[in-house]
Amino acid sequence: MINIKDLHKSYKMGSNSLHVLKGINFSVKEGELVAIMGSSGSGKSTLLNIIGMLDNYDKGSYELDDILIKDLNETKAANYRNKFLGFVFQSFNLINYKSAVDNVILPLYYQGIKRKEREKTALDYLDNVGLKNWASHLPSELSGGQKQRVAIARAMVSKPKVLLADEPTGALDSNTSSEVMSLIQKINNSGKTILVVTHEEDIAKMCKRIVKLKDGVIVEDKKIKQKVL
Amino acid sequence: MKELFEKDTWQEIFGSISKNRVRTVITMIGVLWGIFIYITLSGTAKGLDNGFEKAFASISSNSLFVWGQYTSLPYKGYKARRGIRLKVGDVEIIKKRVPEIEFIAPRNVRGVFGSSGGNVVRGSKTGTYAIYGEYPEYIKIATSKVYDGGRFINENDMTFSRKVCVIGERTLKELFEKGEKPIGKFISINSITFKVIGVHKFVQGGGFGDDGDIYIPFVTFKDLFNSGDNVGFFMMSAYKDADVVKVEKEVKSVLKDIHNINPDDEEGLGAFNLGKVFNDTLNFVNGLSFLSLIVGLVTILAGVIGIGNILLISVNERTKEIGIRRALGATPRQVRNQILIESIFLTLIAGIIGIILATIVLFSINYGTKDLTDFPYTNPTVPLRFIFGALFLMISLGCLIGMIPAQKALKIRPIEALREE
Ligand SMILES: Nc1ncnc2c1ncn2[C@@H]1O[C@H](COP(=O)(O)OP(=O)(O)OP(=O)(O)O)[C@@H](O)[C@H]1O
Ligand SMILES: [Mg+2]
Repeated sequence: MINIKDLHKSYKMGSNSLHVLKGINFSVKEGELVAIMGSSGSGKSTLLNIIGMLDNYDKGSYELDDILIKDLNETKAANYRNKFLGFVFQSFNLINYKSAVDNVILPLYYQGIKRKEREKTALDYLDNVGLKNWASHLPSELSGGQKQRVAIARAMVSKPKVLLADEPTGALDSNTSSEVMSLIQKINNSGKTILVVTHEEDIAKMCKRIVKLKDGVIVEDKKIKQKVL
Repeated sequence: MKELFEKDTWQEIFGSISKNRVRTVITMIGVLWGIFIYITLSGTAKGLDNGFEKAFASISSNSLFVWGQYTSLPYKGYKARRGIRLKVGDVEIIKKRVPEIEFIAPRNVRGVFGSSGGNVVRGSKTGTYAIYGEYPEYIKIATSKVYDGGRFINENDMTFSRKVCVIGERTLKELFEKGEKPIGKFISINSITFKVIGVHKFVQGGGFGDDGDIYIPFVTFKDLFNSGDNVGFFMMSAYKDADVVKVEKEVKSVLKDIHNINPDDEEGLGAFNLGKVFNDTLNFVNGLSFLSLIVGLVTILAGVIGIGNILLISVNERTKEIGIRRALGATPRQVRNQILIESIFLTLIAGIIGIILATIVLFSINYGTKDLTDFPYTNPTVPLRFIFGALFLMISLGCLIGMIPAQKALKIRPIEALREE
């Protein structure tokens, strides 16, 4: 599903250049649930953003589902993101003046799907995360866990190939974290490939594989016995 | 532009409008004010235009009066300070030499310019009124009407020096009983009996003239007042497309030639050019329309720039939101269209409200001045094409100005917008 070979990424800041990813080799098969770990500044988010086509890389190659993703123009990147990828962020990134269901609708809107169908699909996905009764509520009326579940519904609604979650539980207490992780496991069990960036050991243990980043390279990559919730 | 028909687009626009409600309203007022000024001013200009046109309606808008005065320069052995008397014979010469003249009517009058009017008696009722000696042509130049049942002086009246007269509405009221039919009745003017052949409807137009004026045939006037071939003044009208200022010059130079007046003498002849006054008034009104156009355009422009500014601020504030949308698959084009539509929408709504308010104001002014006959203001309409022009302008400007924030939104990279602090 994901195939990364010798990937390099530097951030240029004036005359300086910060070499963040220094030759990443990494592949993910369909249906995996991978935790990406590492200390702060080790390049986890950078890697995830490259996989999510939110950022470019300098060297090496990245293939998603056998398509080489390199130097895409903005429109193409937007279309690929829309079709292939779902994002979940630490701070939820819901649009605050849109109701839960209208947030979930957005990716479908950008896919050009008809309104009736969009609404029905979005409600189904909200139902899947257990928030059907909260559909018309604004994000400000939802708890953190609920917001993250709305965000997950929004990420899943376009049936992406890969779900990318950058510290999805970073802003949640441990109970709600478990709720969200249980939802992620459920989605993974239905066959979806998922990458979760985290620096919490117990969250990582809820995944099936842990990849550790240090100073821009992968220092550890192991399958683990998943802690099923 | 399928975005136009998407609920999300509108939800989007209303979302962002209601987020910055006060600021949005303030900027919309800018555009609203611009179009309001533009429509009210140009409507008022049109109202004045119509009003003046109505005021000038009683007289041909290209008519001209010429009379004799005292010369100021010596010429061909004549001394200065010589009084000039225009003659009936001048008519044929003017007609021949100034082909732009359509009608020319020599006129004599007693009762204005200091002379005493005619003593008019009917039974026990008496009055003093201005008496005019008229050619039949007069009625073609002055567009005042003779009431149904009556007529104006005609060629036969002239040929036979008939003692007939056309009286004014006031004369009618003062000399006749209420409801009495005047046509065919007799009145006496300076002890001579005249038959009433018509009543003229008086409309205030150029200068002198009164609703008591009595018109009698020019030749009859000559007999009555011993005026011979003398003409008090000529009233003439040029053809529609003639240049009235040039016509005035030509007529004067012909008359100077006939009456041996120095061509450089500005005093020998007097003239009042109603056509020129009319044109000057029209120019004034046109100037007013032009001014309102400029003022309106500038105000609209300022308002639209204000909207652009608001959108720019709102794009800045929504950087993160735009980043989220981009991450979810919004293409740059979709983001740009969103903002353009927002810009056009705000401009258009403000414009439409402005037009409605201006229409209400114009309507009220028209309603309020309806009964003021002295106030030259009628039907202050703004041509539909001006309104559509203004709307079109606003849409284009809204689109143009919207480009700036839209371009700015395009530059937002999702990765930067989404970076967690
Ligand atoms: N746009 C950028 N410009 C310059 N430097 C950047 C940029 N984005 C990230 N960096 C730097 O790259 C390095 C890796 O950042 P990254 O966000 O990938 O770390 P991370 O592993 O996600 O850390 P954290 O656990 O704190 O989220 C950091 O040193 C960061 O300062
Ligand atoms: Mg990070």
